Amino acid sequence: MISAFFIYNQKGEVLISRLYRQDLKRSIADIFRIQVISNTDVRSPIITLGSTSFFHVRHENLYIVALTKWNANAALIFEFCYRVITVGRSYFGKFDEEAVKANFVLIYELLDEVLDFGYPQNSEADTLKMYITTESVKSERAVMEDSAKITIQATGATSWRRSDVKYRKNEAFIDVIESVNLLLSAQGNVLRADVAGQIMMRAYLSGTPECKFGLNDKVLLEKDPSNRRKTSNTVEIDDCQFHQCVKLGKFDSDRTISFIPPDGEFELMRYRTSDNINLPFKVHPVVIEIGKSKIEYRILVKANFSSKLYANNVVLNIPTPLNTAGVTCTASSGKAKYVPAENSIVWKIPRFQGQSEFTLTGEANLTAMTHKKAWSRPPISMDFQVLMFTSSGLLVRFLKVFEKNNYQSVKWVRYMTKAGNYQIRF
Amino acid sequence: MADFIKQNAGRFFANNKKGENAELLADLNSEYRDRRKDAVKRVIANMTVGKDVSSLFPQVVKNMQTEDLEMKKLVYLYLMNYAKSNPDLVILAVNTFVKDTDHINPLIRALAIRTMGCIRVDKILDHICEPLRKCLEDDNPYVRKTAAIGVAKLWDLDQERALENGFVTILQDLVSDSNPMVVANAVTALAEMQESSASKDVFVVNVAIMNKMLAALNECTEWGQIAILTSLADYRPLDSKEAENVCERVIPRLQHANGSVVLSAIRVIMIFMRYIRNEDFIKSLIKKMSPPLVTLLASAPEVQYVSLRNINLILQKRPDILQNDVRVFFCKYNDPPYVKREKLEIMIKLCNDKNIEQILSELKEYASEVDVEFVRKAVRAIGRCAIMIDEASERCVNVLLDLINTKVNYVVQEAIIVIKDIFRKYPKRYEAIIPTLCQNLDSLDEPEAKGSLIWIIGEYAERIENADELIENFLETFLEENSQVQLQLLTATVKLFLKKPAQSQEIVHRVLQTATNEIDNPDTRDRAYVYWRLLSTDPQAAKAV
Repeated sequence: MISAFFIYNQKGEVLISRLYRQDLKRSIADIFRIQVISNTDVRSPIITLGSTSFFHVRHENLYIVALTKWNANAALIFEFCYRVITVGRSYFGKFDEEAVKANFVLIYELLDEVLDFGYPQNSEADTLKMYITTESVKSERAVMEDSAKITIQATGATSWRRSDVKYRKNEAFIDVIESVNLLLSAQGNVLRADVAGQIMMRAYLSGTPECKFGLNDKVLLEKDPSNRRKTSNTVEIDDCQFHQCVKLGKFDSDRTISFIPPDGEFELMRYRTSDNINLPFKVHPVVIEIGKSKIEYRILVKANFSSKLYANNVVLNIPTPLNTAGVTCTASSGKAKYVPAENSIVWKIPRFQGQSEFTLTGEANLTAMTHKKAWSRPPISMDFQVLMFTSSGLLVRFLKVFEKNNYQSVKWVRYMTKAGNYQIRF
Repeated sequence: MADFIKQNAGRFFANNKKGENAELLADLNSEYRDRRKDAVKRVIANMTVGKDVSSLFPQVVKNMQTEDLEMKKLVYLYLMNYAKSNPDLVILAVNTFVKDTDHINPLIRALAIRTMGCIRVDKILDHICEPLRKCLEDDNPYVRKTAAIGVAKLWDLDQERALENGFVTILQDLVSDSNPMVVANAVTALAEMQESSASKDVFVVNVAIMNKMLAALNECTEWGQIAILTSLADYRPLDSKEAENVCERVIPRLQHANGSVVLSAIRVIMIFMRYIRNEDFIKSLIKKMSPPLVTLLASAPEVQYVSLRNINLILQKRPDILQNDVRVFFCKYNDPPYVKREKLEIMIKLCNDKNIEQILSELKEYASEVDVEFVRKAVRAIGRCAIMIDEASERCVNVLLDLINTKVNYVVQEAIIVIKDIFRKYPKRYEAIIPTLCQNLDSLDEPEAKGSLIWIIGEYAERIENADELIENFLETFLEENSQVQLQLLTATVKLFLKKPAQSQEIVHRVLQTATNEIDNPDTRDRAYVYWRLLSTDPQAAKAV
């Protein structure tokens, strides 16, 4: 389906080129450069010229481009491009121009393995690392013995995990990372609030363990009539998506999450809720434009979570008009300064205790402008991290590990809420 | 060794000088394996940048016989690229390939058959059949799955040969293989072959095949799942019960992390929903489909774009999905422009009298953004909402008036065009705002906006006291105007005359005179003639028109 795959750098030079089908020539790479990279007004990630469609994704200073001449599955091609980026990052740390140039041999090997005749094949980084390695394999005999195991694993039902993992200490770490998205209107109403959560797991478990994972999921708990839990302790999950290791059939029938985890770090599940969200911060902005030469700011920020907890790295970005000459501001906590390059006042509070509130007062002096264009007020955006707090109220109730050797395993759970798109209009 | 390579990594992409090919030639013939490997890497780098290194073909191919897997892969890559230009020399390489398909290491077996398939030279075809057949029946599933795709490659080169040698049958059997990845690849290959086959009987999904595919669905990788789901969509269920069954088994896929799997599953369900009679089941399906669609909007922007386009299509077929979820489509400030455009389209599709308030306030916010295109679209959207929903038209008009008061040039123009359409749908309802509109006459410079305002003046001439003065204003620049505006002016003037004959007699006469004598555009001239004749012969009839 994918006829060709290219990776370009910022200037439009081809770093990697691989043609999978005969219906394209190598010179097609130039067309992309002219049409997209040199053209600043790019309105869509998919560009169709004649009978060829160019799909591109930008990552760091690279353009990842896939071409097709067919009516191919667009979502698949984009997911594949992102998968290439994920695999690249897993191998090289940072997947940018230097990494590509230094490891182009490896990337060609990967592309050969992952995309056969234009169809994506096994693309799990862990499996690929077993036979496509960054050091050249000196001992051929060792490879030959392992290769049978490798292929079985690459095509097996649990193609994401080797069968002979061994650890002295069996541990599993669960990180619940929530991203709160908020859109607050100028009148103070919540236009939309939702939480996008990710449950990352780091499994250092021996053998082939079967794990069972339980949350305080409303649908699950309500199924059990003997459960006396009040509904306020449960979370109504709008939607969730799982790693391919989770047995989706079982989830669909009785809402249990059972899986055989890959070794190491992976994203177990992604979920989304929009019900009953506990917003960690409430912002009251008062922005008054005095004539055409001054703007007064008074921004109040209050933390809604318990005083035992605190937030780290709280940053507020308060936009100022483009014709601002200078800004004076004082903050009751943290440091605030005007950054002309970003047209905003950046207020940083390194440590924000729960239940406390801080104010920023400031004044922006504007230069006169010849054309009267009203200031399109971009929203105030906020960034923060709160540990051991979840906006949605989600809790991990249990994680059970079953393995035939029946070993004891230690489990750790951590929660963190960070800001996704936290925007406050004024 | 690794350090040596790291230090010189950038060097591979350095500028090529004349004579570099000669240098490469020397290195390729070197007795030191490391030197040769280095040279091959430089050759590949040159190939990537687009330089022609085809003259080095024989030397590169000599390096094919090696136990070093990395070197082998590099040479194969070179071969695949330049095979067409050196078909005779490629034959020399064939022996190595055929030998490799018997290698102990299954990775090497698979590599050989994969590469052989990519070499598109007719002469190779004679040699490929036996190894391909062996690999299709190999013990190791990795080799089998690679061979499955290999059949598709062969088909692409030579359909006849693939059929004659019975590969198609073997492939069809592979759909029943025990390993799910082999099944997935077999399905992929057969689906592609089906598309280009003349007889269209290569891959017909019947009940048996469908059940096998559903069984493999749970176990293969995400890409395999997509291939299976895509082929499933081509199946015609025999009755409602069967369709329900299939939908049940596909529903768990909606929870997959890969957005493409979710979209493919939705596609299958949408197609099969047509065959289901049970209304309740359909309702439950629709309820289950909404959350995954919303979750897709939290993914990367390009995937969001594809999902939004799909949601647009789904809404056209089933408007009841996502009825209560308009808010997720509100644009975030930093969405890329193509995503915002699609979200706006969908917001309009989803608006009804319950959520019109929210949508209107959002649209008003968007109208104050920086991106001109987007602002125009937002204003146009307000107009469409007004026309779609009667009860809300009043509020929409108020919003539009607020926007006009901002005096931002393109907003005012767009708003006037939109108001004209509202007047056409709801005549005589909002005449009170006409004075405000007329105040903004001077700021109009776009032909469509001018045309709209002139139409309004013409249509409601009897309510506007100084209508004739306004038209006179325009007439002064009549000849320089755009032809669209001229046509509108003509019509408006005639209407004015019919409603207020005394004041506008002279104006009409002047306009028609100018139009018929001095204008080149035949449309305008003819229209003027028609009006003239109409007015002179029978003013009453003209009024009726």
